[in-house]
Amino acid sequence: MGKRRNWYLTLGLVLTGLTVGFGALGLVWTPYSPTAPSAADRLAGPSLAHPFGCDHMGRDVLSRTLSGAGATLSIALAVLAIGFVVGVVIGALCGYYGGVVDALVMRVCDAVAAFPSVLLGLVVIAVIGPGKYNVILALGVLFIPSFARLTRGEFLQYRDRDFIRAARLMGVGGLRILFRHILPNAWPVLLSGLSIGFNNAVLAEASMSYLGIGVIPPDTSLGRMVSEAQSYFVTAPWLVLFPALVMILMILGAGLVGEGVRERMGEG
Amino acid sequence: MPKKFKRALLLLVAAAVLPASLYGCTGGTEPSPTPTATAQSGEPSYGGSVTVGIAQELDSLDPHRAVSAGVGEVLFNVFEGLVKASSDGEVREAVASDYQISEDGLTYTFTLREGVTFHNGDPVTVEDVVYSLERCAGSENDGTALITAFSNVTQVRAVDERHVELTLAQPSLEFLYALTAAIIPAGSGDTIAQTPVGTGPFQFVSYAPQDSLVIQRYEGYWGQRPYLDEVRFRIITNSDTLVMSLQSGALDMAIHVPTTQITQLEGQFQVVEDTMKLVQALYLNNDVAPFDDVRVRQALCYAIDVGQIIEFVGDGAGVPVGTSMYPAFEKYHMEELAEAYPTDQELARQLLAEAGYPDGFTMEITVPSNYTQHVQTAELIAEQLSQVGITANLVPVDWSTWVNQVYEGRQFQSTVCGVAASDMTAREMVIRYVSDYEDNFINFQDDGYDQAVAQAGSTLDEQEQEQLYKQALTILSEQAASVWLQDLCDLTVLEPGLDGLELYRTYVLDMSTIYYSA
Repeated sequence: MGKRRNWYLTLGLVLTGLTVGFGALGLVWTPYSPTAPSAADRLAGPSLAHPFGCDHMGRDVLSRTLSGAGATLSIALAVLAIGFVVGVVIGALCGYYGGVVDALVMRVCDAVAAFPSVLLGLVVIAVIGPGKYNVILALGVLFIPSFARLTRGEFLQYRDRDFIRAARLMGVGGLRILFRHILPNAWPVLLSGLSIGFNNAVLAEASMSYLGIGVIPPDTSLGRMVSEAQSYFVTAPWLVLFPALVMILMILGAGLVGEGVRERMGEG
Repeated sequence: MPKKFKRALLLLVAAAVLPASLYGCTGGTEPSPTPTATAQSGEPSYGGSVTVGIAQELDSLDPHRAVSAGVGEVLFNVFEGLVKASSDGEVREAVASDYQISEDGLTYTFTLREGVTFHNGDPVTVEDVVYSLERCAGSENDGTALITAFSNVTQVRAVDERHVELTLAQPSLEFLYALTAAIIPAGSGDTIAQTPVGTGPFQFVSYAPQDSLVIQRYEGYWGQRPYLDEVRFRIITNSDTLVMSLQSGALDMAIHVPTTQITQLEGQFQVVEDTMKLVQALYLNNDVAPFDDVRVRQALCYAIDVGQIIEFVGDGAGVPVGTSMYPAFEKYHMEELAEAYPTDQELARQLLAEAGYPDGFTMEITVPSNYTQHVQTAELIAEQLSQVGITANLVPVDWSTWVNQVYEGRQFQSTVCGVAASDMTAREMVIRYVSDYEDNFINFQDDGYDQAVAQAGSTLDEQEQEQLYKQALTILSEQAASVWLQDLCDLTVLEPGLDGLELYRTYVLDMSTIYYSA
């Protein structure tokens, strides 16, 4: 293929692989229990036994970062799944068929998109209560408009192309045209949308947990850890350093992958 | 490629800045160049204003209707009763200059103090006093007493222009303490929550719900003139924000600062340590399964390690209580009850098995999220309970939800919170668990208990009363009405120049003695 390496993609894949692997590991294994307190280790600095140090209750920060990354990751992926699947279906139908329904749905999307997603998420959470699954639901729904809009734009663009007209004339069914003929052409844009969406989902989860309405303690997530570490910012900086670092790498990785994919697809 | 490079750089910066913006507000927590706290005992000076951080929303400014102890704590500066609390746990005369109690303990006669005026300038008359006391007894509430002790009142009567006479249905050693209830202008019941008018050292200026309450010195105050011109209470429900506001200078003082936060403030501020004068417990709803079974409640008591909670949440500075009484009531404090349930997971499992839960169960702990201490306690409890097979899920709620849903609605399974006495009597801490008492939010039911409390309330023999209260407190422990934890360590943080803080035996904050030392 290409003469020169796609550094974005390579670096992005490495970072994403590492952070996703880190989070996935956290879901199944941690060196210590992430919730077990220990009086002797309160606010202990990084050491061999506890490479990331210990928090104010003597809980191992590595274990907590692992399980927190797992929680953040799974929430982000679930949010993305809801937003992407529903968004693509809505966007595809609206873009391809158009009409009154399209106009209506898009105005609703405009209205939802007019508010910052975290703000809307706060409102939803205030109504249905905090907790992991409610956050997934709230953010998932709020992520639908951006994917719908993106997909609609792509489908609108292909709707009247000759190969689609030809397919229509041959009597190909609507669903088949939508998902076999147009969707593959829309992938490059959707993929980079997906990577941006992943970043936004990670950040949104972190923001919600940071504001104390996401994951409920003693469960943890990266945002929650950063929030709790705030009180010890000066005295025990490792509490905020490690979860924040994992979050930054996670976002950076996905961002680079998105950029790399776009470049590669663009080069054809 | 410059264009590509720029894009990469942008991405990097974006990735680094976005999460940073999450905790951006901590960016400025470098110790501000405030002079370090030195032992100050300079001369008191008049003037100046102080901004005090408080953690709790105020549910009402009506002194007779407010539910939270946090309201009474603040309104102590605005309202006074015929008598008011003094720092040694007794009462001293306030609106009344003198009082007499009849031999049989049924009739109280108060002499009004000369020259006491309301903040609107009107002198306090017997009509105002009669109106206020009748309102406490329920005249504006369909006859249900707003302050429970007043349900014992049969008649309030103005004898002449200076004397008021109160008649009780049953003699009571403790009724005098209930007369700390605020005296308000006659007929002001409908407006008192919007424009509180009292006789205290400070007068109400403004109140912005969930934001701040401002009071200023009342120049016509009958007693010792307060030092400060103005006090602003700022409601900051997040303890991190509280600390940052102190560091940035937005606050001059904060009360009930969590122990875990204090390391950041030491050296720059004066920290005064005391106990909170409340009972923190894992309150169990005795009406809801599985806590309707005494064995389950006892199992929880054995499973929960109070020592560990005190160590983690209060740096070891809290005091274990073991029942619904805190140590400031020295007379009734029973140390042996604090040791009634030594941590014993085996015994806990055994009791659970006997009760039909050999594999444990799942429960909910509702916790007011504005109190870091309670949230951390609940976290530890969840961890400790998991050791005996019980899965405890935390349900964080804001303060007003807690008051509505848990305290008044009793719609909860268990909750971690602190309960204080609204006046200074031990009775307040005990009567709330009488079966049909309106604030018995844990639905505790025990005939022996009800009897002991009823007898204690009507006896005029102090020793007998003490015995009966101790008996009642022991029942609370034996029946494991809740998992009694501790009287929390209480930290008050003051700017170096501030002095004169007087610690009370009850849940009040007296701003009138605080001054800037010259």
